[in-house]
Amino acid sequence: MEDCLAKKMEITVSEAEKRTGRNAMNMQETYTAYLIETRAVESQNEGQCSPVDSLWRRYSEFELLRNYLLVTYPHIVVPPLPEKRADFVWHKLSADNMDPDFVERRRIGLENFLLRVASHPVLCQDKIFYSFLTQEGGWKEMVNETGFQLKADSRLKALNATFRVKNPDKRFTELKHYSDELQSVISHLLRVRARVADRLYGVYKVHGNYGRVFSEWSAIEKEMGDGLQSAGHHMDVYAASIDDILEEEEHYADQLKEYLFYAEALRAVCRKHELMQYDLEMAAQDLTSKKQQCEELATGTMRTFSLKGMTSKLFGQETPEQREAKIKVLEEQIQEGEEQLKSKNLEGRDFVKSAWADIERFKEQKNRDLKEALISYAVMQISMCKKGIQVWTNAKECFSKM
Amino acid sequence: YIQDTSLAEANSFSPSMTISPSSMINQYKFEDEPELRDLFITVDDPESHITAIETFITYRVITKTSRGEFDSCEYEVRRRYQDFLWLKSKLEEAHPTLIIPPLPEKFIMKGMVERFSDEFIETRRKALHKFLNRIADHPTLTFNEDFKIFLTAQAWELSSHKKQGPGLLSRMGQTVRAVASSVRGGVKNRPEMFTEMNDYMETFSQKINVLDKIAHRIYKEEREYFNEMKEYGPIHTLWSASEEDIADSLKGIASCIDKCCKATEKRMAGLSENLLPILHEYVLYSEILMGVLKRRDHIQSELDSKIDALSNKKADKDLFSEEIGKLEDKVECANNALKADWDRWKQNMQCDMRLAFGNMAENNLHYYEECLATWESFLASQTVDRHGEEDSEDRP
Repeated sequence: MEDCLAKKMEITVSEAEKRTGRNAMNMQETYTAYLIETRAVESQNEGQCSPVDSLWRRYSEFELLRNYLLVTYPHIVVPPLPEKRADFVWHKLSADNMDPDFVERRRIGLENFLLRVASHPVLCQDKIFYSFLTQEGGWKEMVNETGFQLKADSRLKALNATFRVKNPDKRFTELKHYSDELQSVISHLLRVRARVADRLYGVYKVHGNYGRVFSEWSAIEKEMGDGLQSAGHHMDVYAASIDDILEEEEHYADQLKEYLFYAEALRAVCRKHELMQYDLEMAAQDLTSKKQQCEELATGTMRTFSLKGMTSKLFGQETPEQREAKIKVLEEQIQEGEEQLKSKNLEGRDFVKSAWADIERFKEQKNRDLKEALISYAVMQISMCKKGIQVWTNAKECFSKM
Repeated sequence: YIQDTSLAEANSFSPSMTISPSSMINQYKFEDEPELRDLFITVDDPESHITAIETFITYRVITKTSRGEFDSCEYEVRRRYQDFLWLKSKLEEAHPTLIIPPLPEKFIMKGMVERFSDEFIETRRKALHKFLNRIADHPTLTFNEDFKIFLTAQAWELSSHKKQGPGLLSRMGQTVRAVASSVRGGVKNRPEMFTEMNDYMETFSQKINVLDKIAHRIYKEEREYFNEMKEYGPIHTLWSASEEDIADSLKGIASCIDKCCKATEKRMAGLSENLLPILHEYVLYSEILMGVLKRRDHIQSELDSKIDALSNKKADKDLFSEEIGKLEDKVECANNALKADWDRWKQNMQCDMRLAFGNMAENNLHYYEECLATWESFLASQTVDRHGEEDSEDRP
């Protein structure tokens, strides 16, 4: 594996801070800034600790970076950013962007994004990415100067291509289908998980009421009092334990969310292929029609209806000189067209090759990551069960002493 | 002696065990004293009866006894809810300051349970079974004549017996009068002990009602959780259909979630079979006890007002003294009966609560143990796979 940036440099998003400032319309706004810290990795033998560089970035700058990468590397499955707004919330979690838990999880998500890019064999070598990590001032200007926004394909064009392309590569069609399914199933899973979490929260918290009532009841009992009181304490412990359990589960949900958003990145690569293929098909079609026109002019026959042909028939024939001029122009265009078609074909084949290589890399990463996530989910459930066993064993003992 | 009967009560109420009288004998744990029980009752076999006027359910009541005062050693009769109500009011009449066990309610408002749904009938049957057994275990009530008639008389015999004695209105009047008199002015010379009982019952009643609500709320939350979990598992199976490498892991998770779902069902069943009925009974008991305390107060106020009357009128002193003597006896009997029954009730309550909550904790413990085993076996299967993969990577 190539030596990617992640191996040479330690990258963390270590802090988040609330800021106020003025936006483009000179209105006051509140936003969160994130501290990116980088440090060159020294070999362990030297035992030296290199200095830490740091700079602050806000979410919109991360978005700008990602958009740049999307346009500049359309054949790469570009890692997604954490969600802009809290989605799939269950009742306790606030949907507020300023909520500290949300900010914390976003900080982790942003760090994850940077690490993903830094460990990608192609993306990690990008200079704009490197400056994002190391250059505080003037980075925005630098990105805009690349003129990447101009290179971006219009969404309308891409949509058009999707519906009209005749011979896309079958593998990309399958991949698009897969990414649709992935997105749909993970969304569903996250929605239901949120509802399950809500219900589980309810079960645990209502048990907390036992604590209060047992305590009040124990005041009027002589023999039962101690047992009730101590059992009540364990009910409180049980009720309180759900908070940490569900917070851990949020991290699991975030891992799944990353792949939910990755589905969109996969679709972007497929769309690019469709666009290129459509472009190619259009160019080939254009070339064919020009060749036909040329042939018609040369032989004087009209095989297909053309407005020019009709008007010339109505308003008089062209002179041979005029015809010759037209043929010459067409022949030039045909030659140009053939060269363009050749290079478009080449481009298309290169794209498919490099895109598919990255897709294979992505697939392996996805399988590894998701399997790890599922295992970590099982580990969380085990921990929850063990806590439950402890609490109810204690409670059982207290009740037996009543 | 008291502990044994409480254990017996607990054993005979466990739904998983058969409730025939003969099997109940085997369930007794012999403590220091040998088992003194000689009366075994079961309530089962609900049957629907449809007449031109009404539809009602009868229950079969089987009694097995070795007591001399019973002509036979085994009886089988059919009784309807009305008959149980009659018995309860006769017992209250005969023993105004004894704690008569609670009867299941006539109707259940909450829960939208249909009057004759299987669930309703079964819940009622279990409660009626408990009712009769508690009477059988009561040192005084067990020898009550109406109780004997209830257990042994054929339907027509019972009907004709019911017609004797004071009418329904006068029977219900006792507690009503007692409540009315306590509202009017309360009791002046109430012994400290009964004031303490009153204070205790007020708080106990409050707490038991809240506990009842909490337990029902927990049941409801567990049910909602179960419903969501039922949908949660299958999504993983659906996902596994579009994956290759992680399909097994996904299916494994789906299977774990389904097993935990079943465990949740068991947990809920445990609640509804044990804790919920007991808490409900003690909600009813708290009302019964408040009634008993009021009746005692009423008996005492009869005495007090007679004494007042005596101090005002000098005439017929001898007659009054005799009446007052009788009333003083009545008060003393009532107080002693209540005191003894109170102590007995408190002991039983302590035992019932210990068992009911202990059972709930046990249930929850089993739930978590089952879930733990499920997830641990899934985890083991995943780590085996991983080690397998790593080994194959090392090979050239």
